[in-house]
Order: sequence, then C-alpha cells, then structure tokens
Amino acid sequence: MAVWVETEQVDGIGQRLRNAVAYILLAVSIIPILVGYAWLLIATFSYRTEGLLPKDPQGNIGGWTLANWQFVTDPLIWRVTFNSLVIALGMVVGVGFASSLAGYALSRMNFAGRKGFLSMTLVLHAFPSVTLLISIFFVLQAISALPGVGKVFGYNTVGGVALVMVSLDLPLGIWLMKGFFDNISWDMERAALIDGASRFRVWWEIIMPQIRPGLAALAIFTFLTGWSAYLIPATFTIGTKVSNLPVYINYLMGETSLTNWNQVAAVGLFQMIPILVFFFFTQEKLLNIYSGGTKGGV
Amino acid sequence: MRVELRNLSKRWGNVVGVDNISLEVKDGEFVAFLGPSGCGKTTTLLMIAGIYKPTSGEILFDGRVVNHVPPKDRNIGMVFQSYALYPHMTVFDNIAYPLKLQKLPKEEIRERVQRVADMMGIGHLLDRKPGQLSGGQQQRVALGRALVKNPKLLLFDEPLSNLDARLRLTMRGEIKRRQMELGITSIYVTHDQVEAMTMADRIAVIKDGKLQAYDTPEELYERPRTLFIASFIGNPPMNLIRGVEVVRENGTYWTQCPAFRVPVPPERGEKVAGQGEIIMGIRPEDITLAAEEDGQGVVGEVYVVEPLGRDDLISVQLLGDVYVHFLADPHLKLRPGMKITMHFDTSKVQFFDPESERSLLWG
Ligand SMILES: Nc1ncnc2c1ncn2[C@@H]1O[C@H](COP(=O)(O)OP(=O)(O)OP(=O)(O)O)[C@@H](O)[C@H]1O
Ligand SMILES: [Mg+2]
Repeated sequence: MAVWVETEQVDGIGQRLRNAVAYILLAVSIIPILVGYAWLLIATFSYRTEGLLPKDPQGNIGGWTLANWQFVTDPLIWRVTFNSLVIALGMVVGVGFASSLAGYALSRMNFAGRKGFLSMTLVLHAFPSVTLLISIFFVLQAISALPGVGKVFGYNTVGGVALVMVSLDLPLGIWLMKGFFDNISWDMERAALIDGASRFRVWWEIIMPQIRPGLAALAIFTFLTGWSAYLIPATFTIGTKVSNLPVYINYLMGETSLTNWNQVAAVGLFQMIPILVFFFFTQEKLLNIYSGGTKGGV
Repeated sequence: MRVELRNLSKRWGNVVGVDNISLEVKDGEFVAFLGPSGCGKTTTLLMIAGIYKPTSGEILFDGRVVNHVPPKDRNIGMVFQSYALYPHMTVFDNIAYPLKLQKLPKEEIRERVQRVADMMGIGHLLDRKPGQLSGGQQQRVALGRALVKNPKLLLFDEPLSNLDARLRLTMRGEIKRRQMELGITSIYVTHDQVEAMTMADRIAVIKDGKLQAYDTPEELYERPRTLFIASFIGNPPMNLIRGVEVVRENGTYWTQCPAFRVPVPPERGEKVAGQGEIIMGIRPEDITLAAEEDGQGVVGEVYVVEPLGRDDLISVQLLGDVYVHFLADPHLKLRPGMKITMHFDTSKVQFFDPESERSLLWG
C-alpha cells in the first residue's frame, strides 16, 4: 500500500520553477513516443497518411476507412492470435512452475553442485539465443521423432516453440525467484516444519503466498516475452508460414511487393490491445511489485 | 517430557556453533539457556527442534534417541524471536495451522483455537491478519500457536526481546504462569540474565558453544564457579578487583590491595590465604556507604552517578585506578568528585584464580 508523505514546500517559487523544468523535460522527451502512437492510431483508420495527416486517394485530408481492419474477419488471424496466446501462456505456466521450484531449492537447500548450477544459470542467461538456433533445431528434430510427444513439442509445432522459449527464459526466472525466496525469513519456514508441515506443503502453503507479488511480476514479463516473440517462432515454424502475431506481421510486410503499411499498423495495434487493456487494469498492482510487494500480509 | 543432550556438537566447516554440550532437562522443568550473542543458543535449540542435524552427539526425548526424527514428529511447540507468524493467514488460521495438519475435525479445531486464544487474551482478534496486530499481540498469537497442539516440549528463542520493557515484564510473568499451569517442559533461550534468573528452574550458562554451568539461579548467584558466570549473572554486575591478596594476621583473615584492607570471614579466607595475587569479586549490593570511620572503611572518590530511579548507581574510583560500583539512595545526593568511605560486606565475597579464571571457593 502506497503511503504518500506530504512534504512542506519551503522555498515556494524556486521549487515550483524546478518542478516546471522537470515537467518540460519529461514532456519533450516523451513527444516522439506519443507521435508514434498517434500515427499508429490514425494510420489504422485511414486510406493512407502523410505525416500525421490522414489522406484519401486524391490527396485530400480525410479518407477515413475501416478497410485496414478487414483482417479481423479472416479466420487466419484468429488462429495466429490463438498461437500467440498458447506460446505466451505456456511460457507463463512453464517458467513460473519450473523456476519457483528450482528457485526454492537453490535458495533453501544444500546439495552438491549448487554453486556451479547457480553460476551456470547466470552464464546461460547471458548467452545470445541466436547462436543456439541450429542446435535447438536438432533437438526439436529429435523430439519430433518421438511418438506422441513429437506431435505436440516437436519441430514445426506451437508446443515446440513454447518449449524452446520456456527453456531460454528459465535462467532469468530461476534467478529472480531465488532472489524472492532469499528474502523470506527462515523462521517462518522452521515454524511451519515444527507445526507439522511437509517440505512440499511449506513451499506451497507458507512460502509461495509470500512471493505472490514477485511471481506476478515474473508472469507478466514472461507473458510479454512470449506474446511478442519473433525469432524462435519464425525459425522453428517455417512450414506453417504463419505461427504467431509478430511472424504474421512480418509476413504481411514481405509477402506483397507493395507493403500496405496501414494494414501492418492495424495488425500491430491489434497485437497491442490485450497488453493495453491488461496494463490499464493492473497498473496499481504492477507498481506494488516495484515497491516491494505486500508487507505484513495486509 | 524428559530431554537429554549427550555430547552435542554442531560445526559448519571450521565454524563451531555448539561444542560438546551435555545436559538433562527434567519432566516439567523450565530451563533457560543463557549466554552472550553468538554463543550457540539458537543452534542448540534448533537441533532439539530437529531443524539442524547435530554434527555429533545425541538428543534423547524420554530416553529415546530422536536425532533422526523429523520436526513434525517431535511434538514440540516453538516461539521465535521474530514471531514467524504466517502473514497471509488470519490469526485464527495461524493458530489452527498445526491442528489442520493433524487433520482434526473442523469443529474441534474451532473449539481448541478459541480456547487457546481466550487463554492468551486474543479471542477477539481472530479475524485479523498478523500485520494488523501490535508486537505484544503478535507474541501472544505465536505463543497460542505453539500451545494449541498440546506439545510435550516448548522451545522459546528470545521471545520477548522485541517488546518494550513494560510489556516484557507482563509477558515474562504470563509465560511463566502458563508453563507452571500446564506443566510443559520448557527450554527458554535468552541473553538477558534477569529473564533467566526470574523464570527458570535451572539455568544453562553457555559461552563460545560450551556449557559453562548448569544450576539453579540461586547456586549460580551465590556460588559462581567461574569468573564468566560471576560477571554474567547479577545486575548490576559483580565488581571484580584484580591483584588482591588474602593474608592471615592474629587469627583474622584480611583481604588487601593498595586501595583497601578489609577483613574476610574465616570460612572463605582460609581457602585462599597466601595464594598470592588473586581476583576478588564483590556484588554492588554488598557495598554500602560507611556510617562512621571505623578504620575498616574503603576510601574513594565518586566518579560517575547514574540515576536508576529507586537507586543511584555510583561508580567510585579507588586508589590505584580500581573502580567499584554500588547502589546508593538518591537522597544522599552523591556527586562526582566527592570523597566517600564505603563499607564492604565480605560475607558473600568471591575469589577467583587469575590464570584459570575458576573460583577458588567452589571450583
Ligand atoms: N548456518 C550457519 N552457518 C555457519 N555458521 C553459523 C550458522 N548458524 C550459526 N552460525 C554460527 O554459530 C554460532 C552460534 O550461532 P547462534 O545463532 O546459535 O547464536 P546465538 O547464541 O543464538 O546468538 P544470538 O543471541 O545473537 O541469537 C555463531 O558464531 C554463528 O555465526
Ligand atoms: Mg539466537
């Protein structure tokens, strides 16, 4: 819960001047971003644009149209959106589950190779995924050869893409979760063990609820990573041509000789809508995460 | 339940937390582990609880070795310094947690939680979260959670050190009363010797992971076996004066040093006479302002006056840079710089060997 401390303004004018300067600097620096979003919005609803001005085919101001949004009636876009969602949610579940267990073990238990594992994870996180593409290709091929599993997690499947994305995201997730677990007092855990809980119940009933804000943060960032993923889906779903939204946008830009930028903008905005809605409703919670989560369980 | 520790040790690499401790806690007894910070009190307690595995040695409950029994099967209740309440659960759920894990019927759980909560005076707070309680209330919840499962052994790890002085006094009495009513064997860790003295049947004094002494408060106070115990037990601490000699002249024993020369009772004097320079210990309450000059007074100059309310704690500088403390009536209005004469009541005086730091009277 945020607590606002009212600070008395002592030197009124000087302070106000400084505030004004700060606001002006912030406003100026944000202009390019705002212009970009404004263009995106205008472009999706107009025939073409010159600068920020919508134009009709004759070059007059106007030319408002819904033609760019025609794609929503195409079943293809919904399949692509569904794939994006599967990848993003698959990552949230996969990364969240695996890194909470691994992070807990690394934070609380003493086992052979713990130190080595920790530093290896850090190195892996720093490893650029492009360099791994070819080896991942072979791994996916091998999975494809397996009966059953191959159909879901093999090469050229959405499941396979999700699997690869999860494993590439795990090092960061594990480190983050380990950090959250490190901040929980040992006493609470000891108390629960003495109260009669098993190790697993302690993890699930006592410790996990404490790190909910952290887990939520990890889930949000993982979702965004999965939702906007391009490199991995584009590389490992060659055969399907369209895998997820970013790949679909790229396909729109490359397929026809004359790219319809306004349509690309419309799909781009379409991809952003869930994110915007999500942030609109959760921004208070998100801020909470940065300010250290729930203290004292209130 | 009877608890026995046999040659219990805990090491991490070459860090020694607990060093070869052996002691026995009788059924229904209240034992305090007393020692300075970092001496291994918590480590010992956590080994008894089953959280830490002993490096060597044995822990026995009622004569049965429990080294490999997991914490949940030891039937103990523990109260932590940090309370360790579960912040996402209500007070009710906190206290009910041990019972839920035992899969007791809902009705019984409700009944027992309510009973314990009423006993602890927190029956009206059951719907709150720990974050909405004061420190003292949280302490009561923690105590309630430890008591609710009717444990055979209660462990306390400095449970009162986060409370203010007044509340500490109240809770001290309350814990002691509950323990006596319920008759549960208890081990109470503290670094506050007043707490240990007032609450415990027996005190285990620990220093650097080693058991220094294990005895009743009176014994430790009247007959300290080492210099450490003498200086640690008692508030304000015992005055220790180095370079004192005890001599016998005309049938009387005298303890003397450059600063003073006072007689000692023969039963103490005869044990230490003629042993050269030793350490003399005299408690502040055995020093008084001399009524009149009788030739046996100790002369000094008031150095510091610390008002404690009921008494003033007076620090006096004697000849040869020796300082002693004693308690004086504030109405006497002693002030730094005043020359005073004191009377040493030597009927309870202690003597220690400066090399081994062991008592020359009881060692
Ligand atoms: N997990 C650990 N790893 C290494 N050393 C430890 C560990 N836990 C405790 N120690 C060391 O063991 C010694 C005893 O620690 P312990 O916590 O038992 O002290 P304590 O008597 O409870 O002190 P306090 O009054 O400050 O709580 C200390 O020197 C401490 O540094
Ligand atoms: Mg401790």
